Amino acid sequence: MKSVDGFLDALRSLRSNKMRSVLTTLGIIIGVAAVIVMVSVGNGAREQISAMIDRLGANMMMVRPGSSFGRGVSGGTGSLPTLTEDDAMALQNEIPTVNLAAPQVRGTAQLIRGNLNWSSGVYGITNSYLTVRQWSLADGRLFEPREIKASSKVAIIGETVAENLFPDQDPIGQSLRINRVPFVVIGVLQPKGQTGFGGDQDDTVMLPITTARKRVLGGRQLAGDLVDAIYIQADSAETVIETEEAVIALLRERHRIGPGQDDDFRVRNMAEFMNARADSSKAMGLLLMAVASISLIVGGIGIMNIMLVSVTERTREIGLRMAVGATGNEIKSQFLIESIVLSLIGGSIGIALGIGGSFAMSAYSQWKAIIDPMAVLLAFSFSAAVGVFFGYYPARKASLLDPIDALRHE
Amino acid sequence: MSQLLFETIGLKKTYIVGDQAVPALKGVSLQVVSGDFLAVMGPSGSGKSTFMNLLGCLDTPSEGRYMFKGSEVSSFSADERARIRNEQIGFVFQSFNLLPRTSALDNVALPLRYNGVPIKERRHRAAEMLVKMGLADRLDYRPSQLSGGQQQRVAIARALVCDPAIILADEPTGALDTRTGFEVMAILQELNMKGMTVVVVTHEPEIAAFTRRHLLFRDGSLVSDTHNEKVKDARMLSSKAEVFHEER
Repeated sequence: MKSVDGFLDALRSLRSNKMRSVLTTLGIIIGVAAVIVMVSVGNGAREQISAMIDRLGANMMMVRPGSSFGRGVSGGTGSLPTLTEDDAMALQNEIPTVNLAAPQVRGTAQLIRGNLNWSSGVYGITNSYLTVRQWSLADGRLFEPREIKASSKVAIIGETVAENLFPDQDPIGQSLRINRVPFVVIGVLQPKGQTGFGGDQDDTVMLPITTARKRVLGGRQLAGDLVDAIYIQADSAETVIETEEAVIALLRERHRIGPGQDDDFRVRNMAEFMNARADSSKAMGLLLMAVASISLIVGGIGIMNIMLVSVTERTREIGLRMAVGATGNEIKSQFLIESIVLSLIGGSIGIALGIGGSFAMSAYSQWKAIIDPMAVLLAFSFSAAVGVFFGYYPARKASLLDPIDALRHE
Repeated sequence: MSQLLFETIGLKKTYIVGDQAVPALKGVSLQVVSGDFLAVMGPSGSGKSTFMNLLGCLDTPSEGRYMFKGSEVSSFSADERARIRNEQIGFVFQSFNLLPRTSALDNVALPLRYNGVPIKERRHRAAEMLVKMGLADRLDYRPSQLSGGQQQRVAIARALVCDPAIILADEPTGALDTRTGFEVMAILQELNMKGMTVVVVTHEPEIAAFTRRHLLFRDGSLVSDTHNEKVKDARMLSSKAEVFHEER
């Protein structure tokens, strides 16, 4: 009963100062909207990342040669030629939790088709590479074992390459020159989209590893049976960590690395791969959180300020209410309810803006937004808390007024 | 027949200004029976306002006792005094003190809210009281839409709505023209005739002439307490004034 009265009183008093009320709640509005946007964009990013990890294969990991370090100059990862096709074979055969270990060599090459040309990433692989990366064919066939053995001039191309070099015909069976060497296209890969960093994974040409080594890429790093990377598929996502440890142990043994010496290779699993992106969205979230909490505090101070003005303006009213029988507590709760109503109105507008903003953001950028009902609830109760916290002092001040002085106040 | 409504015994009030004690009221003893009609007079600084604040339970005495309906209210806590004000005392002010931007009805209903009366009954009782005050067609008007006399009648309705034992009116005619002032006094006289105890603070002998008992304060003391033999009828005067008003 009494809280209903207080609520109606608060609405009446806020309505009589509409502009002031709206301006006062601006801080709360911005703060709450920022919280909502932050949480929904954060959720969206997390969802995108886990979808991407699923797409790439959560049980996948990658071994790359380590960095060289000599005469004070440190080369990048992969600058030390240490991994070989034999390593890949050993990993697959000797570690029970390794399903597949697929070696890969890579480079870039100029592709020419008639009068069209295109530059693209060229990968020398075996069929198991495509299995590990869960990459299937849209059309055509995989390499035959004899083609790999014989370094045949056959290629499987990505969607982007197909679009650019074969704009209006079926590429299967067509010929294509890679660094001047003629190849026959035997397959087209299923489109895979962007990597976590925005690179186009479909701008690619896959060749048998032997062909790539002998006829297209070559060079110091690829001498012998050296490889650029080994892609490993563990038998399940649960055994990834255990497999990673086994891979490291086996490679150290094979490379004769003594205890205390650094690895000459690096193992990265996909979760780790994606953490970089998760970190950047976390940083974005923290930034928004800082903005949100600062503007909630500033908004709260704004409310306190306006409530103090209101108490001063309505001193006579307070005196009169006391004269007709309001106790100090009743005056206090009246002003407290008013500041809570004020901040809840701000909170509601902020929630509406936040939800709208999240949708706008996902519509106009590649961020995906997922509204979290918990976050909405949290924002709402947080704005109520701001109302209580910053409304308490003015309300208490009102309740401590002396009715005689208050009635005489001009 | 008339029984004692309240009694003050050696009521003193001393204010501390800086490090000096300033006596505002120097021991006032008074007995008032139910149904009495008092005028409190005296120059400013005579202590009459301090005395009225004590009677209205807005303040507590420094010394002495204030017995209201047999209980010693001078020892009451702030919340208990708020309750006494709500249930037993109706205030009427010189400047009406109506809530702006609030209808006459809601203004009158306000004290009932602090009495825990449900909202429907509140509005019903407030409307009834305004009808008695001749404002049946003004229930939804805001104070700014009402004349001074109408505003004071709303204020009187508000003072009466909790059915108090006493009306304390502080210069109720001070902000009104003469004729309207008489109208307000006529209302107070009528209430008094029906048994309501009324105390009016005024500095106008003309207004005091409508009351039955005159208290004169000077320098913090009650210097005279006289019975008014010839009480004037405000209704006659206000209707006469009304006649004059219409002729003019």
